[in-house]
Amino acid sequence: MENGTKLWVSSSPHIRSDLTTQKIMLNVLIALVPAFLVSVYVFGISALLITIICVATCVLTEYVFEYLRKKPITISDLSACVTGVLIAFNLPVKAPWWLCIIGSVFAIAIVKQLFGGIGHNFLNPALAGRAFLLASWPTRMTGINYIPVDVTTEATPLGIVKEGLDIALPSNMQMFLGFPGVYGAIGEISALALLIGGIYLIARGIISWRIPTFYLATVLVMALFFGEDPIFQLCAGGLMLGAFFMATDYVSSPTTPVGQIIFAVGCGLLTMIIRKFGGYPEGVSYSILLMNCAAPLIQKYTMPKVYGISSQKEEVAE
Amino acid sequence: MNFKYLTNGIIKENPTFRLLLGMCPTMAVTTAALNGLGMGLSTMFVLIGSNVTISALRKVIPDSIRIPAFIVVIASFVTIVGMVLKAYIPVLDQALGLYIPLIVVNCIILGRAEAFAFDHSVGNSLMDGIGMGLGFTLSLTVLGSIREIFGVGSLFGIQLFGDAYEPVTLMILPPGGFIVLGLGIGIINWITVKLEKRKEEKSKAVSTEEVNA
Repeated sequence: MENGTKLWVSSSPHIRSDLTTQKIMLNVLIALVPAFLVSVYVFGISALLITIICVATCVLTEYVFEYLRKKPITISDLSACVTGVLIAFNLPVKAPWWLCIIGSVFAIAIVKQLFGGIGHNFLNPALAGRAFLLASWPTRMTGINYIPVDVTTEATPLGIVKEGLDIALPSNMQMFLGFPGVYGAIGEISALALLIGGIYLIARGIISWRIPTFYLATVLVMALFFGEDPIFQLCAGGLMLGAFFMATDYVSSPTTPVGQIIFAVGCGLLTMIIRKFGGYPEGVSYSILLMNCAAPLIQKYTMPKVYGISSQKEEVAE
Repeated sequence: MNFKYLTNGIIKENPTFRLLLGMCPTMAVTTAALNGLGMGLSTMFVLIGSNVTISALRKVIPDSIRIPAFIVVIASFVTIVGMVLKAYIPVLDQALGLYIPLIVVNCIILGRAEAFAFDHSVGNSLMDGIGMGLGFTLSLTVLGSIREIFGVGSLFGIQLFGDAYEPVTLMILPPGGFIVLGLGIGIINWITVKLEKRKEEKSKAVSTEEVNA
């Protein structure tokens, strides 16, 4: 291929992007840095330790699995790192080390690799890992575990609302900044930091604006409909983290514009329905997982018509 | 009587892992090893009884109403099992609950009646019933054991680990059942493929030897 003067014949697509998986994942990691800094500021060294354990376990699991299956090793594409960080961000600060490891192994080995590795997982691995941990060790994944040892508060903001506890809620400004006095999973507390990361990703063209915008807008409308404080509902829990970093997962969300909007609205509706009527205080992870399951169907029915082919001909062809 | 029908159901045509029959009781009762074993043995009894009876009656039953006839035979045996369990092992009866009468509609039993007993001799049908029943019992007990070990930390009710072990509650919930079953199917398929490959290589080696000779 050295003599470039020759006519190069290839099949389409002819214009290739230089955006590799590695670059995309690196950008996602960069976008997660602000939220990470806030988490270390609020929770201290344990947030750092949990993140390191999760990332290391994810990368190692991916390596071992692919080595044993004699497949190409894909740990350099950084997708396992992103999964690791997202799992850590979904864990409570008091999560013991084995919880981090089991969640990471489940996410990578069962949810991602058993279904065929990157590009084939129909669920978001990090969220599925979280759901696995929540169903398996509910006492370790709820309530007081989200609060650092030296703090007197007893519940997360959404927990206070759910249980109807007689504790003053943090102000909207506190909720937006993520401190002081706002607690939750490690990476989800600061709406501002996540918003900065999310806007960075949209500006770099890594994620489409549709899913986060319609997700947040649906939650806003639903909050007004239920008579809740919309700012509180938008900043509380894992909504910002979910809307920008998990619902936008390429593999487990639709790719068509209309499909993305349906997907995001569905996430928003389910989130608010779970928060309002469900057994758990927070519904972001389950709502995204449920919509992940619906994503292939949404994709199928929102595929744009191919130009120049009539629907009758298509039927005949089928 | 042909003994190859006896071993057929255990690995090669295992009802749970290979034929994927009887998924409803498989998912529902395998939360503990004892429940799996009890369900497996009950199903095995019904399966042997129905296989033998249907095979014996196969010349008498008209083709057009064979399904109702099968169901009557199966239901009789299920009633016997239900009554015996209620009278002698009430604990198991309570644990299995509704799933005992539901053995009537377990597709292994109807499936074996339709696919095997209706056109095979009584002896072979007996062998098939025992083999399929053993396969079903084995896989249900294995599934139940795995789910009980991880989900409760015990096996047949005997505590295995110290107090420090925090059981994986998910394993005794429905998702755990699906995960263990899926992994089980995967492993059995993997083994089958491996064995077939080895067989192929052997036959190839033999044929090349013959050519060389």
